[in-house]
Amino acid sequence: MTGIRTEPITINLGPQHPSTHGVFRLRVTFDGEEIIDAEPVFGYLHRGTEKLAETRNYVQIVTLTDRMDYLASMSNNLAYVRTVEKLADIEVPERAQYIRVISAELQRIASHLMATGFLLNDLGALATPLVYCFRERERILDLFEMLCGARITLSYMRPGGVFQDAPEDFWPSLDSLIGDLPHYFDELESLITSNEIVLARTKNVGLLTDEQAIDNSMSGPNLRASGVKWDLRKADPYEIYDRVKFEVPIGAIGDTFDRYLVRILEMRESVKIIEQCLEQIESGPIRANTPFFIRPPAGEAYAAVEGPKGELGFYMVSDGGVAPYRCKVRAPSFINLTPLRDMLKGWKMGDLIIIFGSIDIVLGEVDR
Amino acid sequence: MNHFPGFVDFYTFYELSLKIFQYFGFGDNAQWMSYLTAGVIISFIVINVMILSTAFYTWFERRVLGRFQVRRGPNRNGPFGIFQPFADVLKLIMKEDTIPSEADRPVFTLAPIALVAPTLLIMTVIPMGENSFLGSLNIGILFIVGVTSVNSIAIFMAGWGSRNKYAILGSMRGAAMLISYEIPMALGITSVLLMSGSLAMTQIANSQDIWFIVVMPLGFFVFMAAATAEISRTPFDQIEAESELGSGYNTEFSGIKFAILFLAEFMAPIVTAAVVATLFLGGTKGFDPIPGQIWFALKMFVVIFVLLWFRATWPRLRVDQIMGFAWKGLFGLGIFNIFIVAIEIMIFKTEDGTIGTSNMLIMSGINWIIAIVTLLGLMRIYGHKKLERPTPVPSPLANMGLEVD
Amino acid sequence: MYGTGIIKGLGITMKNLVLPTRQFNIHQYPNRKASPADLAKLEEKNTISFLFSNPIRSARALVGLETIEERLPQHARFRGEEFAWYDQRCTGCASCAKYCPLGIIKIVTDTSGVNLQEGQSYDIETFDIDIGRCMFCGLCVEACPYDALHMGSGFEEGTYRRSELVIDVERLRKADKKPSTWFRPQLTDKSYDPIKGSEANWDEVGRHEKPTGDQQRDRWAKR
Repeated sequence: MTGIRTEPITINLGPQHPSTHGVFRLRVTFDGEEIIDAEPVFGYLHRGTEKLAETRNYVQIVTLTDRMDYLASMSNNLAYVRTVEKLADIEVPERAQYIRVISAELQRIASHLMATGFLLNDLGALATPLVYCFRERERILDLFEMLCGARITLSYMRPGGVFQDAPEDFWPSLDSLIGDLPHYFDELESLITSNEIVLARTKNVGLLTDEQAIDNSMSGPNLRASGVKWDLRKADPYEIYDRVKFEVPIGAIGDTFDRYLVRILEMRESVKIIEQCLEQIESGPIRANTPFFIRPPAGEAYAAVEGPKGELGFYMVSDGGVAPYRCKVRAPSFINLTPLRDMLKGWKMGDLIIIFGSIDIVLGEVDR
Repeated sequence: MNHFPGFVDFYTFYELSLKIFQYFGFGDNAQWMSYLTAGVIISFIVINVMILSTAFYTWFERRVLGRFQVRRGPNRNGPFGIFQPFADVLKLIMKEDTIPSEADRPVFTLAPIALVAPTLLIMTVIPMGENSFLGSLNIGILFIVGVTSVNSIAIFMAGWGSRNKYAILGSMRGAAMLISYEIPMALGITSVLLMSGSLAMTQIANSQDIWFIVVMPLGFFVFMAAATAEISRTPFDQIEAESELGSGYNTEFSGIKFAILFLAEFMAPIVTAAVVATLFLGGTKGFDPIPGQIWFALKMFVVIFVLLWFRATWPRLRVDQIMGFAWKGLFGLGIFNIFIVAIEIMIFKTEDGTIGTSNMLIMSGINWIIAIVTLLGLMRIYGHKKLERPTPVPSPLANMGLEVD
Repeated sequence: MYGTGIIKGLGITMKNLVLPTRQFNIHQYPNRKASPADLAKLEEKNTISFLFSNPIRSARALVGLETIEERLPQHARFRGEEFAWYDQRCTGCASCAKYCPLGIIKIVTDTSGVNLQEGQSYDIETFDIDIGRCMFCGLCVEACPYDALHMGSGFEEGTYRRSELVIDVERLRKADKKPSTWFRPQLTDKSYDPIKGSEANWDEVGRHEKPTGDQQRDRWAKR
């Protein structure tokens, strides 16, 4: 069939598209169903978080960080307050560190559940696994509501600790949730992991080699799915992560299925971390005696945490005033998008959606 | 087999109106006038019954899908939300009916009608009582095969006419998929025809002393898979792949045009269930105190529920995998099934051209063994595709965890 | 074996359909069977007068046909609208206005030449909170040194005009005094629950009746 003249078509995928997880735009050139080029365009959700931070004091910025990765506010808060603590040299009480780690790990489970559910939704499973994931995530959000009165925009942490101790009924609820979660994961896995349709769609699709991943400075589950054993919780233990034992799951070849499976395994590890924290936690103060207007000495600091999406870092420069001179965010979602074009080339329309979904980005963090 | 009395068919109305027109002295004109009258009445009945049952079906689907997904589904309008479809339709009718400025207007306007008409036409030959709406049409199954192929043209019209890239992608997929799956569907039907020896739907239903799903499970599997693809339900919903194409071929439709497309889309499972119930589940057959119409409805319900169950559970296959499944999997299975059935019929056929019940039982025994062996063998052959996950080896490029562990 | 996974998946979804324990773990404004007393409460009437004035609805309710929507379960620390503000505790220091990251609180106090004595406070003339722009971070509550301002527990406070979203001082005075326990450990210690409990008086909600100098220094240490 050499006589038929064909020409590529260019499609604007987004910013209004059900599977772009927000307002992401991808200019894709198709040859039939096959992708020959893809160009990401972002900035539709740019709110100037970094600039706004320069006009606010160090406590008020906590509320800004909630709105960056709105599926993982706890991790954002943690990364930010750790930077301020490093900058102003604040000692954090031990109980506060435990509570922070517990809430950050709960947030990781919630975020990974969202990622898994939406990946399956992109695969076309008509929301059933998504709603099952939401059912579990809802219980975690209930716990957050108990803890800090909000479900998404939490603002729970403060430089020097957390703002208020957990209420008494929080601990039994957490215990029962921790008991239930492994069963939930089992159910989810038997619905998804062994499903032949999922395997046919995801195995060997969207390969990302370890070399490519490192070259593109990826981090988080996407990097680990490519077989690189790199986790900030182990490599540079912050808070009390050096006191708990956990595995760092890695993937075999770095395809879409590995990225999915690493998330599931990580959630199981998070449950183990929370269990150990619950054994170790003791009563005590939950907030260092810090003033409301923190005035760190002039200088700079960078601190990073292993967020659900990857290495989430804040770089802050202080000139000695009540507000930072400069605040820069290393947003994992943004950096994980770097190899997207290489991953997409040569695959089909349906694969585009799941490769993009398996990277698990949040547009609030990409555009900031 | 008893039935509810008074099942409507074309000839009843024809004879009735012929008598009336002759009484009023129309003479020679009476014949065509009564044809016309009977046709109008029958189409009025079919269209309204189908629209109402589709409305009820959308409510049922959303409700059961909600339960599958541990949600509640629609529960606000009326008892258990049963008036939800009417509210939806009212909303759609009140919306502005937009046509894109670049659209091919006649094609765009005709597409919804072209999609909904064949679906309604199929229903006229389904024997829901002793007869179908059109009486006993003697080429019923041929009529169904012919009419369903119009679907692919309608979907292509919708995509082409709306001048939208997503729509054209969806309709291209649709055309390729629907045409491919016509073949396995026809192969599945052929095996039924071999068994029943007739093209009339009534005859096919009546010849099932033992349901054909029992006699030839492989044929049922092929037909069911192909029919699921024909109505583009999960796992084959490539035409309207929400997460990929936005809304596929109906992206640009709104208002009453969208309502009609929606109607055709949700009418399709009902019609498929009716066809499957007739071809494989024995039509109106059942045991006696319960009338045949109720049996037929029950069988339809079961098929609809199974389709719904698939939809609630499985993700969607990729477009090339779907085409591969049609040509590499179902095509071969269908032909294999026809061979088996044909050979068995040659052996078991009695002098008068029928196959006795006892012979059917023997056939079903052989066929079940063959089906299970074939499917298990295929599973085993394809088993290598479901690779065990290779043990992950930490990359040598960055090995932070090795010393720490 | 190829093909077993999809069948197992069908089993999982069927299990979720059939087992009642797996259903409805997601809160979705459940409908609750309403008794005539509930309906009367909705219409702000006496139960007996409701029975006589609406016999049909009462009969339906007794049979179990009338339902009302149940609100989502909330926790005591919920940060919501309807700020609970205690006039008696407020000194008009405007800390809340200073700490609001969005600057949506406006306070004007009357300073009309009166020399305030120890224990007295300014007269609040204006206290506007623009709920339309509020993000419920609760920093104003955290900043209040006299525990005069508390978060409320309400939601669904939709209005037809933006101007109605600005809460003024009169509305704050009249509003239900049901403070959320957010950043109020003293209320948590008393196990006060704003959703189930009654209104709290101004002298119950503070950490201390009147902050002493030492206590103030503890909190606002190291300027």
